[in-house]
Amino acid sequence: MSASTKDGDNDISSRAVSHLDLDAPDKTYLDSNELIINMGPQHPATHGVLRVILKLDGEKVLGTECVIGYLHRGVEKIAENRTYTMFNPYVDRMDYVAAVSNGLGYCEAVEKLMNVEAPARAKYIRVILTELNRIASHQLWLGTHALDIGAMTPLFYTFRDREEILKIFERYCGARLTTHAFRIGGCQYETYAGFEKDVKNFLTFVAPKIDEYEALLTTNRIWLERTKNVGVISAADAIALGVTGPVLRASGVRWDLRKAQPYAAYSDFDFEIPIGEKGDTYDRYLVRMAEMRQSLRIIEQAVNGIPEGPIMGKVPKVIKPPVGEIYHSIEAPKGELGYFIVSDGSTQPYRIRVRPPSFVNLQALDIMVRGLLVADVIAVIGTLDIVLGEVDR
Amino acid sequence: MPEDVKTPAPPPPPDGEKNPVATRSPEAAPVVAEAKAAVPVKPVPPAKPAAPAKPAGPVPLPWTSPLIEKYKNQYGSGLDAFTYLGQNYLTVDRALIPNILRLLRDEDQFDYCVDLTAVHYPKREAQFDIIWILYSFARNERVRVKTQIADGATIPSSVSIWATANWLEREVYDMFGISFEGHPDLKRILLPDGWKGHPLRKDYGILQQDKEWVQINLGIESGQ
Repeated sequence: MSASTKDGDNDISSRAVSHLDLDAPDKTYLDSNELIINMGPQHPATHGVLRVILKLDGEKVLGTECVIGYLHRGVEKIAENRTYTMFNPYVDRMDYVAAVSNGLGYCEAVEKLMNVEAPARAKYIRVILTELNRIASHQLWLGTHALDIGAMTPLFYTFRDREEILKIFERYCGARLTTHAFRIGGCQYETYAGFEKDVKNFLTFVAPKIDEYEALLTTNRIWLERTKNVGVISAADAIALGVTGPVLRASGVRWDLRKAQPYAAYSDFDFEIPIGEKGDTYDRYLVRMAEMRQSLRIIEQAVNGIPEGPIMGKVPKVIKPPVGEIYHSIEAPKGELGYFIVSDGSTQPYRIRVRPPSFVNLQALDIMVRGLLVADVIAVIGTLDIVLGEVDR
Repeated sequence: MPEDVKTPAPPPPPDGEKNPVATRSPEAAPVVAEAKAAVPVKPVPPAKPAAPAKPAGPVPLPWTSPLIEKYKNQYGSGLDAFTYLGQNYLTVDRALIPNILRLLRDEDQFDYCVDLTAVHYPKREAQFDIIWILYSFARNERVRVKTQIADGATIPSSVSIWATANWLEREVYDMFGISFEGHPDLKRILLPDGWKGHPLRKDYGILQQDKEWVQINLGIESGQ
């Protein structure tokens, strides 16, 4: 197994992210079983258009190289040609299964740059929707990840239940997927009549459903065989590779931006950060399951304590942040989602850089799959929970 | 045409002009004075008649901390520290970059390289800002390290310091054409290998790209 623990030692840089040197004729190529094959970009288990070049010895993976960019739309260039407000809907299209989180990060970053703050009520609405979105994102991950490994039923369960979240989104802002739910300075829409009831109903509806998913998988022998000790990444390696989110936490690092550097209204709520021990695929599964339950706790507190008041802060009609730079990041379902914005004082951003969690996490694929079998590559891609829209932007 | 609207924008963020001043004068006080004097010229009071005399945006202030003291003692004028809207950043001479980055990780526990990116200022002599965003789990603290390099100049790779810099540097190379010395495999990452130019440079127009790549290379009729 590749991922040896070397605390404080950083020679991971020499191991990580192999470069297969495809052009150079390989001597051993002719007299051994080594084989270079191509997985994707059209492959159902790559969750979009990811191409992985695998160097195999029989069925054992010797190294990988990711070829990405098939979904590149130049979001950062687009931003430079749009106003701050016009760019807001574009961020939804990066991690399109967690559009609300993307919007939250962007709006908060611009607010910070303008030195304004969203009112308390807006922050609570933001937290409720973002946490709902986290559950939806984890449900989609669970369904597809289990499907990749061969368990089909969870997919139907999770999509059935995710539908309830999308219905709340649709009633709130009219869109299910690319929600564009927030505005710079707060929320555009007041909650609809019955919003709180819908959310509370959802909480009582989904809690037993999560137990149901667990009943299908947590002690399922096939699931255990396919996920335990597969794709192990140590905490030291994960930190060196900049891996964040549930993947980092499953390796035993108790770090969540909602606690470490609270944003929105997260400092008002009581919740825990679940962590794993070994950093294998099974731990990551357990961490995400526990995170869904923690999200329910947060939503419950938020919906019960939602304050009255305005939903928009004092923001001018024309968004024109002063000259300066800001980096703001949030804990998206996949990890640290950051926005680095440079303003030149005009209505258009001089530069927006998105720090996408999926892109950075995908880099860890190589050291996670070395020495495993081809079938495990599928499991590891699933467990990393990448969205190619965000990897490629 | 959106490019044209964008280019005559006001000068780049304050530290662009401030840096030369900072390196020239050894005392700290004039730097602050300069910074404060420079800013009120730029903000745009005439453009906003609705808002009653909005205070001109916050100004980067000098950032002092034991960490900075230590670095300043060691490296003197090659380095300056500021804080803006509660976020700390260092501006560092290009020559000091590898040392500073390594010190930050080895001695000051900035063990997580959050992001690495660049910004293009075509009108400046040193056209590019390179920015490392670092985080320390032990201190729960972020810091940005900035340096300026000229077009065509290279910068030492930080892959040996943080393995995560590998793809991040490739992306900066892809988007800006900045080369990182000692990078294990510097090649394009998001764009196809045959792509011409580096799109996040300010002189790279989106219409020109549409013509060259979409119409000529791919042979697709474009509606742009």
